[in-house]
Amino acid sequence: MLPALAGLLLLAVVAPALPGWTIFLLSMAFAKALVVLGLVLLLRGGLVSFGHGMYYAAGAYAVGFAMKLLGIREALLLSAMGLAAGALLASVLGLLLARHRGLFFAMLNLAFSMILYAILLKFYWVTGGTDGMGVRQATFAGLLPSVAFLRLAYFYLTLGIAVVAFSLAHRVAGSPTGYLIRAARDNEVRVAYMGASVPQTIYRTYVLSGALGGLGGSLSALNVGHIVPELSYWTQSGEFVFVALLGGYGHVLGPLAGSIVFELVRNYAYKFSPYTWQLSLGAILLVIILFLPGGLWSLFERAVRWRTRWAFSSRPRI
Amino acid sequence: MERLVYIAVDGVIFASWLFLVSLGLTFIYGVLRVLNVAHGSLYALGAYMGSSLVLLFLRAGYPTALSYLVLLGAALLIGLTVGPFLERVFLRRIYLKEEVLVLLLTFAISLMLEDVIKLVWGVEPYLVNAPYLALGQVKVAGVAYAVYPFLLTGIAVAAGTLVWATMARTRFGRLVVSVIEDREISAASGVNVPLVFTFAFTLGAILAALGGAFTAPMISVVPGVAVEVIVLAFAVAAIGGLGSIEGAAIGALLVGLLRAAAVHLAPELDLLAIYAVMALVLLVRPYGLFGRAEVRRI
Repeated sequence: MLPALAGLLLLAVVAPALPGWTIFLLSMAFAKALVVLGLVLLLRGGLVSFGHGMYYAAGAYAVGFAMKLLGIREALLLSAMGLAAGALLASVLGLLLARHRGLFFAMLNLAFSMILYAILLKFYWVTGGTDGMGVRQATFAGLLPSVAFLRLAYFYLTLGIAVVAFSLAHRVAGSPTGYLIRAARDNEVRVAYMGASVPQTIYRTYVLSGALGGLGGSLSALNVGHIVPELSYWTQSGEFVFVALLGGYGHVLGPLAGSIVFELVRNYAYKFSPYTWQLSLGAILLVIILFLPGGLWSLFERAVRWRTRWAFSSRPRI
Repeated sequence: MERLVYIAVDGVIFASWLFLVSLGLTFIYGVLRVLNVAHGSLYALGAYMGSSLVLLFLRAGYPTALSYLVLLGAALLIGLTVGPFLERVFLRRIYLKEEVLVLLLTFAISLMLEDVIKLVWGVEPYLVNAPYLALGQVKVAGVAYAVYPFLLTGIAVAAGTLVWATMARTRFGRLVVSVIEDREISAASGVNVPLVFTFAFTLGAILAALGGAFTAPMISVVPGVAVEVIVLAFAVAAIGGLGSIEGAAIGALLVGLLRAAAVHLAPELDLLAIYAVMALVLLVRPYGLFGRAEVRRI
């Protein structure tokens, strides 16, 4: 965890020297990494959600409506509203969804995300429909940065919030809830016999997951400046699941690694061959599923394990 | 009053289309316990292949009346080549792994097939509607309806009956039913389970391509058709219960009629109606209307 924080600090220091497109790419990568982090917290419990696009969209549209109807322009407040929107939606839907597992959990999440998509699309007089909603420039603690610094300002905002969120998620993963959900993946009945409540654990994790999704959505909306209903479409959720698997779900930093790699690969793949970038992504996913189910993070873990094997050769390996 | 007739006719037409596209998906799940996300891509392959073959066929001067056989041939071609290939090369490796990984594998395959289609057929839309126009129109309750969708209804009913008859009447169908029930005992009894799997996946692929091929004359075939279809097929199959053919039929009728009612009475809700029904049914009966509860091994 600590080397990663050091790396992010280094990134924060060199950011002004990086070109604008890199800053934007990294901002989007961090924002989406938050959504994928929410997904990963559920994946540790064996629950795949194919509908996290709805929390992403909820956070984004919360920003849009707050700006349009309430006139709020403060970036931190908007991010908080995105988080709240995601948490609220998850707390309502979680009551219905926390009872299901496996394929049906995935399917129900998909269904609800498509319902949100349908609502956002069809009620165009409220949401703007396929035109979407615009997002104006946000203020940062009252200050309005000039256009030259705006991108950098959004980057620092996203980076700062991401660091806080990932640290908190790391704490949650190491907390009783985090361990219980992993245990629930292995054997729910035994967890119940142990005295812990599996539905409660899953519900709590689901609400946290939705909150992170909303936060990611709001940051993404601020960065891009435009909100569309497609944020809730199943292909967006599929992309999040892809990144979750790419990065690996053994450690909370997996989503971060996966998201950055995904954004870079997609950017370059699209640049070099616009007609086959989905082919390359599909092939990568295929290779990961067949040969590296732990994702990219498992490569890192293997390297660490190989290194410690030299130093502590008699150490028991779990 | 007449509105009800229109809703009923529109509903049945849409329901038969839904049934045709979801039959393959639910069948593959029933036998292999695999949710084939690539089903949409197989549908798209059927649509593209059907369009190109009919285009070549008509340009060569053959009669339009025979183009329907060409569509059927295109579906069989796609199903019999791509189906066994996907099953043997990709799916066979991960049957024993958890459900979610298999789902993601088919998702990866669908991404790849999406681009393969773009590479082979390009991104221009294919508009081959001679078979559609050739059948003309018919008057139902005073409104002119195209005849082609009723042909689609007939094909859907025929496909459903064929699959059901194969399961119920043929010897091989009985073997497939036994594999659906319990694959381990079937294998122990001497059933060639891998062969049954390949057969089931191929049949599912043929059905998907059939849906695509016969829908192609009605639409403009563009690279995005797969994405729309998979989520609809999925919704219908889930409502009826994955693995159940009767369920797919009932689910298709339910969704078709509700959507037709929404289109006529409250147009903003037409997309919502489909997914709201799916969410409601799954909340009340998590395994669908005709699905069976999966026993969880402890």
